[in-house]
Amino acid sequence: MADTIFALSSGQPPAAIAIVRISGPQALVALAQLAGRVPEPRTAALQMLRGGDGAVLDQAVVLSFPGPNSATGEDLVELHLHGGRAVVRAVESALAQIAGLRAAEAGEFTRRAFANGRIDLGQAEALSDLLSAETEWQRRAAIDMAGSGFGRQVEQWRQHLLQLSAMVEAELDFSDEDDVASEGQADDQVAADALALANQLSAEAAKPTVERLRDGLRVVLAGPPNAGKSSLINALAQRDAAIVSDMAGTTRDVVEVPIALGGLAFVLSDTAGLRDSTDDAIEKVGIQRAQAALDRADIILWLGERGHGPDHAALIEIDSKADLGGLTKGDDALPVSAVTGDGLRALQDRIVALGKTLVPRPGDYALNARQRDELRDAANQLEDAAKARDLLLRAEHLRLARLAFDRLTGRTHTENLLDHIFSDFCIGK
Amino acid sequence: MTQTFDIIVVGGGHAGVEAAAAAARMGCNVALLTLDRTKIGAMSCNPAIGGLGKGHLVREVDALDGLIARAADAAAIHYRMLNSSKGAAVRGPRVQADRRLFRDAIQTMVRAQSNLTIIEGEAAELVLQGGVIAGLILASGDRIACRAVILATGTFLGGKMFRGEERMDGGRVGEGGATRLAAQMRDMALPMARLKTGTPPRLDGRTIDWAKLEQQPSDDGHWTMSPMSGARSVPQLFCAITRTNQRSHDIIRSGLDRSPLFSGHIDGAGPRYCPSIEDKIHRFGDRDGHQVFLEPEGLDDHAIYPNGISTSLPVDIQHAMLRSMRGLEHVEMVVPGYAVEYDHIDPRALDHGLQLRAMPGLYCAGQINGTTGYEEAAAQGLMAGLHAAAELLGKPGPALDRANSYMAVMIDDLVLQGVTEPYRMLTARAEYRLRLRSDNAMTRLTGMGIALGCVGAERAEKHASMAQRKAAALDQLNQRFDHPHGGGKAGPPKTGAEWLAHPEYHARDFVGDKFGAELLDEVTEDIRYAPYLLRQDNELNLLQRNDSLRLNRDMDYRRIAGLSNEMVERLEAARPDSLGAAGRLRGITPAALTAILVASKKLTVA
Repeated sequence: MADTIFALSSGQPPAAIAIVRISGPQALVALAQLAGRVPEPRTAALQMLRGGDGAVLDQAVVLSFPGPNSATGEDLVELHLHGGRAVVRAVESALAQIAGLRAAEAGEFTRRAFANGRIDLGQAEALSDLLSAETEWQRRAAIDMAGSGFGRQVEQWRQHLLQLSAMVEAELDFSDEDDVASEGQADDQVAADALALANQLSAEAAKPTVERLRDGLRVVLAGPPNAGKSSLINALAQRDAAIVSDMAGTTRDVVEVPIALGGLAFVLSDTAGLRDSTDDAIEKVGIQRAQAALDRADIILWLGERGHGPDHAALIEIDSKADLGGLTKGDDALPVSAVTGDGLRALQDRIVALGKTLVPRPGDYALNARQRDELRDAANQLEDAAKARDLLLRAEHLRLARLAFDRLTGRTHTENLLDHIFSDFCIGK
Repeated sequence: MTQTFDIIVVGGGHAGVEAAAAAARMGCNVALLTLDRTKIGAMSCNPAIGGLGKGHLVREVDALDGLIARAADAAAIHYRMLNSSKGAAVRGPRVQADRRLFRDAIQTMVRAQSNLTIIEGEAAELVLQGGVIAGLILASGDRIACRAVILATGTFLGGKMFRGEERMDGGRVGEGGATRLAAQMRDMALPMARLKTGTPPRLDGRTIDWAKLEQQPSDDGHWTMSPMSGARSVPQLFCAITRTNQRSHDIIRSGLDRSPLFSGHIDGAGPRYCPSIEDKIHRFGDRDGHQVFLEPEGLDDHAIYPNGISTSLPVDIQHAMLRSMRGLEHVEMVVPGYAVEYDHIDPRALDHGLQLRAMPGLYCAGQINGTTGYEEAAAQGLMAGLHAAAELLGKPGPALDRANSYMAVMIDDLVLQGVTEPYRMLTARAEYRLRLRSDNAMTRLTGMGIALGCVGAERAEKHASMAQRKAAALDQLNQRFDHPHGGGKAGPPKTGAEWLAHPEYHARDFVGDKFGAELLDEVTEDIRYAPYLLRQDNELNLLQRNDSLRLNRDMDYRRIAGLSNEMVERLEAARPDSLGAAGRLRGITPAALTAILVASKKLTVA
C-alpha cells in the first residue's frame, strides 16, 4: 500500500500563487480534513483551509483529480495557495501531521506517474534527459562531498558506526567464538561510544546552515501590540512594506521583506503584536503565526519590555520610538528611531555581526536540510542504541543509524559490516 | 531406454534431496540421480546441523515440510541452543548428528516419498531443445526425458582436492566428480568461478585423553529441530574443547610453504568465517591460541571431528600439529584434512526461483551456487524444487521476501550480489531479523506452504491446531490482569500484552502452561518486539512497493544516460527483475533507479 505524498510543485515562494500537490490513497481524505469537504472532481473551488487545531491556514483554490485519471494515476489534489513562505510552510506542516502523509522524495511524483503508465513515450524521453542531468548533477555533488572536509568527516563517522555495529553483530552471530568478547564484556564500551558519536552528530547538525545563506536569515521583529515593529521594518527595508497605524493589532499576518545587508541575505518578518487577550478571531490567528515565526527565527529584534522577550540566543533588545522621548530599557538596549533614523545604522551593524556568526564561514562546508535530518536521525538512533539493554534492539537501532548514513552517502551495504567483523575478529571453527 | 520424468534432480546431497522431495510433494514425477544411492543424505563435512542463521534456515525448510530438521532430530546426539541468553530472534538451535542415523533418516524419507524415483548413475550431458531443457544423458548412455533439471552437484563439479603436495580429482575422498558435465557447462559459456573450502582431519576418539579436557554436555531443554519430531530420541553424548598453542602455531608455520593455500596452487577464495588453521595463524598471528571443538561423529563411530582446524597442510604437519594440543598427545588421524577447490556458477545468472535465465528449465541449488553449509544447501534445494514444480504446474511460486524468511534473504543476496567467498547465512544479513525468529518459522511459512501444496496432511493439522491455540492464548492475554507477582507493587490491572512489554514477564505468568511452553515463548516474543516491528512498516512498504514494480529483463543498460560503468556492470550481471531488486544492488542510487524505471517503461510501451 503506497504512502500519500505531498510537495510544493510550483517554484520557490514568495510568488503570487504556490501550488501544493498531494498524491496517493489518502489525498482526498487529506483534502477533506483541510478544507472540510471534497469539491466536485476537476472543478475549482474556493475553500478555507484549516490545520488540525482549527486555525485558519489560508483561503485557497482547491482541485481534486480522483485516480486513475490524474497526472500520477493516483488520487491527486492540488491546493493553490497564496504564495508566501509562511503560508506554504504552515500548509506543509499541517499535511505532515495527517496520518499516512509524508513529504515527497525528489522525483517521486514523476516516478509514480511512470509506474502507473500516465506518461507517454515523448514525455518519457524529455524526462529521461532531465533525469540524466539530475544524475550528472548528483554525481558531481557526490564528488564535491567526497573531496570536502564534510565527506572525510562523514566517512570517519561511518567507519566508527560500522565498528560499533560490528562489535554488536559479532557478539550476536559469533558469540561462541573465543576471539569475540564474551557476554556483556564490550557492551558498556559500545554504549559509551555510541553516545559520544551521537553527540558529535547532533553538534554537527546544529551548525550554521547553507539554506540560511541562500534563503536569507530570518529576522523576526516582535513585541507587544503597537510597539513600533511595522515602523521599524519599513525603516530597515526603506519602503512601506507593513501597514503602520497607531491602532494596536493592525498587523494581523506575518509580513516578510527580503533585504540585503553587509553582503548577507535577510528576511525581515513583522509579526502581529503578542498579547494574551483579544476577541478578534483573525488577530488570534495572527498571534499564533507570530509565535510560529518566532520559533523559526534566527535573530529576534525585541521591542517589548526588557527581559520579557522570548528565550533566544540571538535576541537584540531595542528601545524603539526613541524619538517619542525617554530611554526606558537601560544601557545595552539599542535606541532606534524609525522616524528620525537615529540608531538605525547601529542596529544594521548589530544584525550583520550577529548574522555572520549564523552562516557558514567562507571555505567551511555547509549541510543542507536533508543532510542535517539524516545526521539528526542517526544521532537519535545512536542514543537509543546506547540506552537499549537488549542486544537485539541495540543492533536494530544501530542498523537504523546505518540506514541514515546510507541515505547520506548514497552507499550501502551489509557487506561493509561483514568486512569489519572479519577483519577485527578471528572467527571460524 | 528412454524414461520420462517431470523433473530430474542431479545429486543426492542436502540440496538434492530437498529439491526432489519438495517437487514430489507438489505432485510432480521426479527422478533423483545419484552416483551412489547409499550416499544419499551424507554429511561430507562437520557432523552438525543448525547454528546461528543456519538454525533459522533449518526451521524454515521444516515449516514447508522439508526433511532436514526431522532427519537431524532422528540423528541428534547433542543439542545446543546458541545465544540462549539473547533475544529469540538470534537464538540458533544446533545439533550434533550421528552421520549414519542422519543418512538413514534421509534415505527412509526419500524412499517413502511418492512420485520420487532414485536412479544411480552419472549425469553426463544436458539435452536441450531450442535452448530449453528437454532431458539428460547419463554416462552409461541412457537418456532420460524431462522438462526441468535441478543441478545440486555440490563440489562434484570440477572438484579438485589439495593436501600438502598431493592433488586428487573429485569432491569428497573416495568418490569421483562429474567432470563431463562440468566441461559441457563451461562450453555453454555460463558465468563460472572457483571457490575453495576445507575440512579438518578426522580423529580416532579412542586415542584422545578426554579426562584432560573441558566437556560440553547437551542442553537440558526438550526442544527439537522440528516440532514434528515430538521428543529427543537418541542417547546424548558430550563434546569437548581443546586449544591450539604456541607450539602448534610453530609447527603450522614450519609447513606453510608446503600448503597449497600459500604456494599459490589454489585460486578460489575461501570463506572468511571458516578459515583454515593456517589462515588463522597467518592473519591473526598475535593470538596465543584458537579453540578446537571435538565433536563426536556418531554413537557407534569412533571418529571425532575437530571443529576449528580445517587444513590442507601435508599429512606429517597435520599429525604433529594435532599432537601438540592438550588431550591429543597420542591422537591418531582416521582421515587427514584437505582443501577442495570447485566450480560454481555465478548465482547472478539465476532468477529468484534459482533458474538459469539463459536456459529455461535448468535450476541450480546448493554449493554449485557458491554457498557453503548443509542448511544453505537444503534451503536452496527446497526453493528450487518448489519453483520448478510450480512452473511446470502453472502455479505461482512461493511468495517469499526479505521480510518473511532467511531463505529469501539468502536467494536475494545470491542472485543480486553474487559471491566473493562461499556464502554462509548469518543473522546480520537479515535486515528484518527481529521478525524472522527460528521459533516462529511455522507461523511465518506453513500457511503459505499449505496454499502452495507442498505441506503434508500431518503438518497441516499441526499448523491448524497451533494457530488455534495461539489465537486462544492471545485472546486470553488481551484480558486484564493484576500485577502477576501480586504484592504491594500492584497498580491498576493491565492487559497481558501490556505487562509483556516489560522483559521480566512471560505469557505463562498470565495464562499458565496450558498452551504449551514453545507456543507461549513465541507469543511472548511477538508481543515484546511488536512496537519495533511496527516501526519497520514504512521500510517494508517501500520494499514491497518497489518489488512490485517489474523491470524489463532485456534492457540495454548501456543506453541509459547517467548510469556509471560500475552500475551498468552490476545491472548486467544480475539483471534485476524489479525496481526493488535493482535498488538493493550495491552502488545504485535513487536517481539511477528512476532512470532505470523510465527506460524499462519505455521498452514496455514501445
